[in-house]
Amino acid sequence: MKLVTAVIKPHKWEEVREALETFGVTGMTVSEVSGYGRQKGHTEVYRGAEYDIALVPKIRIEIVADDGDTDDIVGIIQKTAQTGRIGDGKVWVMPVETVVRVRTGDRDTAAL
Amino acid sequence: MDGYYAWMIVATALVLMMTTPGLALFYGGMTRAKSVLNMMMMSYVAMAVVGIVYVLWGWSESFGPKSVAGGLFADPFTLFGLKDVAWGSYVGVCFQLTFAVITAALISGAIADRVKLSSWVVFLPLWVTLCYFPLAHMVWGGGWISTHLAAQDYAGGTVVHINAGVAGGVLALIIGRRVGFMRDPMKPHNLTLTMIGAGLLWFGWYGFNVGSIVLTGKTDAANTQQFMSETGVTFLNTTIATMAAMLAWLAMERVMHGKATSLGAASGIVAGLVAITPSCGAVNVVGAIGIGAVAGAACAYAVGLKFRFNLDDSLDVVGVHLVGGVVGTVLIGFLSTSAAPGGIDGLFYGGGLTSLGHQAGAAGISIVWTGVFTTLIGLAIKYTIGWRVAEDDEVDGIDFAEHGESAYDLDGRSGGVRTPVPAAHVKSPVSEGAMA
Repeated sequence: MKLVTAVIKPHKWEEVREALETFGVTGMTVSEVSGYGRQKGHTEVYRGAEYDIALVPKIRIEIVADDGDTDDIVGIIQKTAQTGRIGDGKVWVMPVETVVRVRTGDRDTAAL
Repeated sequence: MDGYYAWMIVATALVLMMTTPGLALFYGGMTRAKSVLNMMMMSYVAMAVVGIVYVLWGWSESFGPKSVAGGLFADPFTLFGLKDVAWGSYVGVCFQLTFAVITAALISGAIADRVKLSSWVVFLPLWVTLCYFPLAHMVWGGGWISTHLAAQDYAGGTVVHINAGVAGGVLALIIGRRVGFMRDPMKPHNLTLTMIGAGLLWFGWYGFNVGSIVLTGKTDAANTQQFMSETGVTFLNTTIATMAAMLAWLAMERVMHGKATSLGAASGIVAGLVAITPSCGAVNVVGAIGIGAVAGAACAYAVGLKFRFNLDDSLDVVGVHLVGGVVGTVLIGFLSTSAAPGGIDGLFYGGGLTSLGHQAGAAGISIVWTGVFTTLIGLAIKYTIGWRVAEDDEVDGIDFAEHGESAYDLDGRSGGVRTPVPAAHVKSPVSEGAMA
């Protein structure tokens, strides 16, 4: 099993969710996060006082998936979240040792 | 004059709305999310404290019959607790009460995020007693300024805005900068609140300015005639000066910083209203547009100066109210026309320098008077009960430290209820269903 984590632009989230659902992803964890990469932040001016806004709001998606589905999921996220401009985000994959479904105690693939 | 009486009831309620919630929202949106409740509370508390002080000795000290100390203030005890004041005058008392309230509340913007509520509660009665009531008496109550200068102040350029602006600057200096001023970001946390506040202030300001008419006719017919013409002038001037100021502020910041902002629009509205406050009965349409435009541009420039002086006038009480108040008061000397209700010609209308001298004199006296007495009060509080909350409390957020609350619970993850709820009040939908 693998943990797929993606950080994407907030306005792309709905599109990504639909694409993943069509593919067959049945659940995910989503959080509102902030951070920065090459996009950096921006400057805001209030009554002449400048503020460097270092952090940019993003959506983080976490999906635990079977090894075989991982490449497809990464591909779907990459294609649907893309605008082609700096700040589109990142997707990364990490190995997962164990998964337990809290309700039933099912383990690993049965728990997905 | 039952029409006038009805209007004054409405005008009084309108001015009350300027402080709660108008000013509270305007200021609240400009603070950080961790101190918005405290900022709003400073306005709400000012309403209650100053209002009660006003009926106890404020009315007597401002408009009482016994002028003392050469006309610097009136005897605060003559009409103490509105003794011997006729019911028919109560609406007039309440109208003036709301002015004292908002003037004191305006000061809070200069000292946002860092002042103990208890110190604010101690400051309010002292300040209105030593600064507001005397100036109200000097300008409107038949006191020194009105008997020595032919200065025009229709609704409070000196008494309200210069007064609050100077006091705000003095207190910001005495109390000191917020922790992290010029280092940490202190940007407005909710400009929609500020926009709503500015809109409510504008709406309420019609009560403030148009309600400040003083009927001078000898007969009812003359008063009706004055009421039904003068209110048109003050209403229109209040409107267009504010519009001009908003556009001027937006143009100024577009040139200086590249963008026309919503905070600039809200601030420009207030700057224009401040400047037209003393002058709405003194100028014609052109004069009102001129005063608004100058005030908008001047205040947009002035709000940047605090960073140069390293003075944490947090929400620009000096930059908007002192500067706007001085602009409105002094420009009367140039733009006043005898064709307006005030009936005095300024420099541009052939009146020479006389009016300008009187206007500058009234502004100067106000600045000195309130500067001296606010310094005394500010230092007295600083070296007795102290002004500031603990540094840790300020950094963590004054809302929780002073009030035990937080303004926003956006994620709903606050945890369970710790207070035990009496069993009788616990209703279980399951058992009700079973009984039915």
